[in-house]
Amino acid sequence: MITRNNKYRKGWPGLILTVILTLIAGCSSQSTTTPTSGEPSGSFSIIGSNTVTPLTSVWAEEFMKAHPKVNIAVSGPGSGAGIASLINGTTDICQASRTIKQREIDQAKANGVEPYEIQVATDALSVVVNPSNSISELTITQLSAIYTNQITNWKEVGGKDAPIVAIARDTNSGTHVFFKEHVVQMPGLSSEDKSLEYGTKVLLLPSTEEGVSEVTRNPNAIFYPGLGYLTSEVKPLAIKKTADSPGVLPSIETALDGTYPVARPLLYYTNGIPTGILKDFIDYCLSSEGQVKVTEVGYVPLK
Amino acid sequence: MLEQASKATTATSLKKGLQRRRRLGEKFIESWIFLAGVLTIVVLLGIIALLLKEGLPIFLDTPPWEFFFGTKWYPVSEPPTFGIMPFFVATLWVTLVATAISVPIGVACAAYLAEVAPAKVRETVKPIIEILAGVPSVVMGFIGLMLLSPLVQSAFNLNTGLSGLTAGIMLSLMSLPIIISVSEDALRAVPDDFRQAAYALGATRWETIRHVSIPGALSGVTAAIMLGVGRAIGETMTVLMVAGGALAVPVSPTEPMMPMTAAIASGIGNAVRGGLQYQSLFAIGLILFVVTLAVNLVADRVLERQKRKFSR
Repeated sequence: MITRNNKYRKGWPGLILTVILTLIAGCSSQSTTTPTSGEPSGSFSIIGSNTVTPLTSVWAEEFMKAHPKVNIAVSGPGSGAGIASLINGTTDICQASRTIKQREIDQAKANGVEPYEIQVATDALSVVVNPSNSISELTITQLSAIYTNQITNWKEVGGKDAPIVAIARDTNSGTHVFFKEHVVQMPGLSSEDKSLEYGTKVLLLPSTEEGVSEVTRNPNAIFYPGLGYLTSEVKPLAIKKTADSPGVLPSIETALDGTYPVARPLLYYTNGIPTGILKDFIDYCLSSEGQVKVTEVGYVPLK
Repeated sequence: MLEQASKATTATSLKKGLQRRRRLGEKFIESWIFLAGVLTIVVLLGIIALLLKEGLPIFLDTPPWEFFFGTKWYPVSEPPTFGIMPFFVATLWVTLVATAISVPIGVACAAYLAEVAPAKVRETVKPIIEILAGVPSVVMGFIGLMLLSPLVQSAFNLNTGLSGLTAGIMLSLMSLPIIISVSEDALRAVPDDFRQAAYALGATRWETIRHVSIPGALSGVTAAIMLGVGRAIGETMTVLMVAGGALAVPVSPTEPMMPMTAAIASGIGNAVRGGLQYQSLFAIGLILFVVTLAVNLVADRVLERQKRKFSR
């Protein structure tokens, strides 16, 4: 009995050793960027913006499907964290929904990193209400007041006497931060205030689809989905930068020519001009095939 | 002779081998069961350790007082503020609504099934109710979103149907099958002699249910209610979808609100590992854990008292 037991015990170290060896072998085979001719292979990571992550994930999946030897790791802690990773050399591509700051460029150069910017798509947020709502345009200041709960009735912005149900995305969403920084805090206007936050009565919903469906049902609701989520059951509002400027409706054209105020470029940063597998991947993103995915995910393609 | 002897030896060694194998098998199964038992405890301790390790450091940044009683939750701002009062109150409201609806209906339904309904009705209805328990929570959330929230909105004349009340009603539907099923089992386990004795004393059917069956099954019914309440506190997907997710401290259940589970689910995707938001979400998890533990401990005490009362 004892011998049998020992036999079992003897089996374990061998098994464990095998497992460990397999793991080590598995790890070591994942080396980074192999430059190449022919079939691309290797692995790289993309870190950064929470907003760009859905788009990058789709691209990465498609690219890996087409090139089975390629392994791409995508994560979205935020644009700032992505740029920090690029500076520290811990990511190959940084995805960002804001441009890099001069201070960050200086830090990068001090670390021997040359940030190279590539715009991969554009993001336009449309502000929508229920079709029964008589309001057709709002200024940035009015939107800010609505989302900070200073304006709580539609009659204060020229509509009917009804309470405003302001809907936002939850803090998970990069859009939550983007809208806060670009609309609620009114950057570039005389009333700019960096300390403004969403009001506590604002509904934070877990998905854009849910926000749109609530606007569809609720005549008093207002929400800011991406352009890709516009349906005939919601009414997009024209946005005025100031009370005097003309109202601009969100569309691919107005997002591209920069007249729509709530639009921004979605960017990739690499260390220097991308080469090898990184170039292959970014070329795919910018190709017409890749840009079709941009519309599918809900952003504005480059062309 | 020699042949016989060798045969005998073979037989004995075979027998011994068989015994040995049996003993080994027994040992193996014993240790397997032991390991399985230990594993659950290890996992539980692991969860507690993880919650403490990841959650407690937040109190270095935000003092516990501010964390528990703060009413501002801005995890992605500079500097971030973590106050979980809105989530805690929201969980209380939602659980309260769910319990207030599901307990009376659930216990009454169980009493009907166990005491009044003919066997045929019981045998048809009970499995149907148990199917309700198998509906995935995301489906319940969807139903709440599409069907119940417009109803709640028009019935209570609210600004939006996404509210704690809607979430509470959906949660009550989810805890009903548990409450009914477990209480019904408990009621049926009350010996029939008790009922016969009650009837012999001239009690009506209602009096028998009220004063004999339900008190007799109280431990089981309490356990059923606690299981239901536990489900309501811990449920995430449904409340995330229908509770509305506003960050104000709710003063009435008809307001949009964000219970603790929804706060964790909606924040964790954005939290940097080891960052302040990550720590604060784990701390909320720790609080949820403590609350459920408290519910179970209270239930245990109630059951204990009940048993003592009956043994007298």
